[in-house]
Amino acid sequence: MKRSVLVLLWLPAIGSGDESHIQLKDGAGKELVAAKCAICHSLDYIPMNAPFLGPADWEKVVDKMVGTMGAPVSDEEVPVVLRYLNTNYGQ
Amino acid sequence: MLPGPDTLPAGALESAVLSSLPGKQPLIKRTYRPPNYETPPAALNDPFTPNSRFFVRYHLSSIPAVDAAAWKLRIGGDAVGTPLEYTLAELQRRFEVVDLAAVCQCAGNRRGLFQPHVPGIQWGHGAMGNALWKGIRLRDVLSRAHLKKEALEVTFDGADTGVLAKTPDFVKSLPLAKALDDHTLIAFAMNGEALPHWNGFPARLVVPGWTATYWVKHLNAIDVVSKAFDGFWMKTAYRIPTGLFAEGGRFLSQQTETSTPVTELLVNSLITHPADGQRFGHGDAIDINGVAWDGGQGISRVEISTDGGRSWDLCALGKDYGPYAWRPWVYRFAPSHSGTFAVKVRATNRSGSTQGTTAIENPAGYHHNAIQTITIHRV
Repeated sequence: MKRSVLVLLWLPAIGSGDESHIQLKDGAGKELVAAKCAICHSLDYIPMNAPFLGPADWEKVVDKMVGTMGAPVSDEEVPVVLRYLNTNYGQ
Repeated sequence: MLPGPDTLPAGALESAVLSSLPGKQPLIKRTYRPPNYETPPAALNDPFTPNSRFFVRYHLSSIPAVDAAAWKLRIGGDAVGTPLEYTLAELQRRFEVVDLAAVCQCAGNRRGLFQPHVPGIQWGHGAMGNALWKGIRLRDVLSRAHLKKEALEVTFDGADTGVLAKTPDFVKSLPLAKALDDHTLIAFAMNGEALPHWNGFPARLVVPGWTATYWVKHLNAIDVVSKAFDGFWMKTAYRIPTGLFAEGGRFLSQQTETSTPVTELLVNSLITHPADGQRFGHGDAIDINGVAWDGGQGISRVEISTDGGRSWDLCALGKDYGPYAWRPWVYRFAPSHSGTFAVKVRATNRSGSTQGTTAIENPAGYHHNAIQTITIHRV
């Protein structure tokens, strides 16, 4: 699983514009968030949905991404992701 | 160029830029991947939105460049008697080709204007466009497949997929009656040109009067099925609370006690000129322009207020390109004094439905059709 994720990270972003300049805010968990979320989508999804989501809202978003969309985020990683989102892009 | 109305979430305004996808003029980028780009309001001033300015909306990031020569459309499912497969040339040769003017509007257009904000793509006004679509009637194709009497819904899949195998593929369904509607098309062209890649080349579904979520791009598979389709993008996504909106277009086989698919467009209007905050000189007559549309009943009148909603006057309606197209309107405003003017516009359709002062809140932020207000200044 881990290996397939790494491979996917290096796939070219098909048809995308220049997403490389997107800078997430610095904070604990940033690298994990960037690595996992960018497998499927550009990171502008995060600031676009800020700053109006509270902890319960971000939890719903992450649940959907992991549970429904299949984001490979482990049970141990979910709290790290949520802490980063709430601290840096929370309500 | 502003990246959107200033009531969008702060982060949405900061992360938006004008950016060009290959083959497109600059659009307002909401997200790069999957690409979600909206049309600047000033580019919605034309009766038909140029292909190069037409909005782009995807859910999934793996979007192949489809080879038209190799492309095939498969028609199957448990409720057809005769499964079929056609090349593009076969479809164009064997079926009557028709033209239809219709608005394509994302169900979540203007989501970013909801207060409180709700998660999703934070669209301003531009996740929409009007085009002249050319294609064949879906009904004509389905009739060759000999539908069984138990046919209930028709599902549509396109070539785009998720990056991960687990991500639900973007598959939509229509109730049989809407699939068999005379005006539901498999379109190959818009505004006299082949569909742009970003708008569904080589073929997309056109479902006039219904939100763009059903207008599946890069269409390559159609299944006629005897049971309600239970894919994520029908049973979980694109739903509104049952009974909240007085829209038409019921989709009963997908409806539950609590939620139902978002279907038919609500009556709506947009001011395309002047821009919000624009200044005018002494003595200028100001032509206020825009468009109005609905789910296909047709626009009966557009009213304008230049005093913040205290009094209303009728706008002149422009050419009628058909009930599914938007209707241009214009009003000449000659302010007799200097000052700041709050301009509001509201459309009413032939069923008597009109726009309210606030949008109806719903969890996913669909169907925003509140009366728009812009401010203009005359010195």
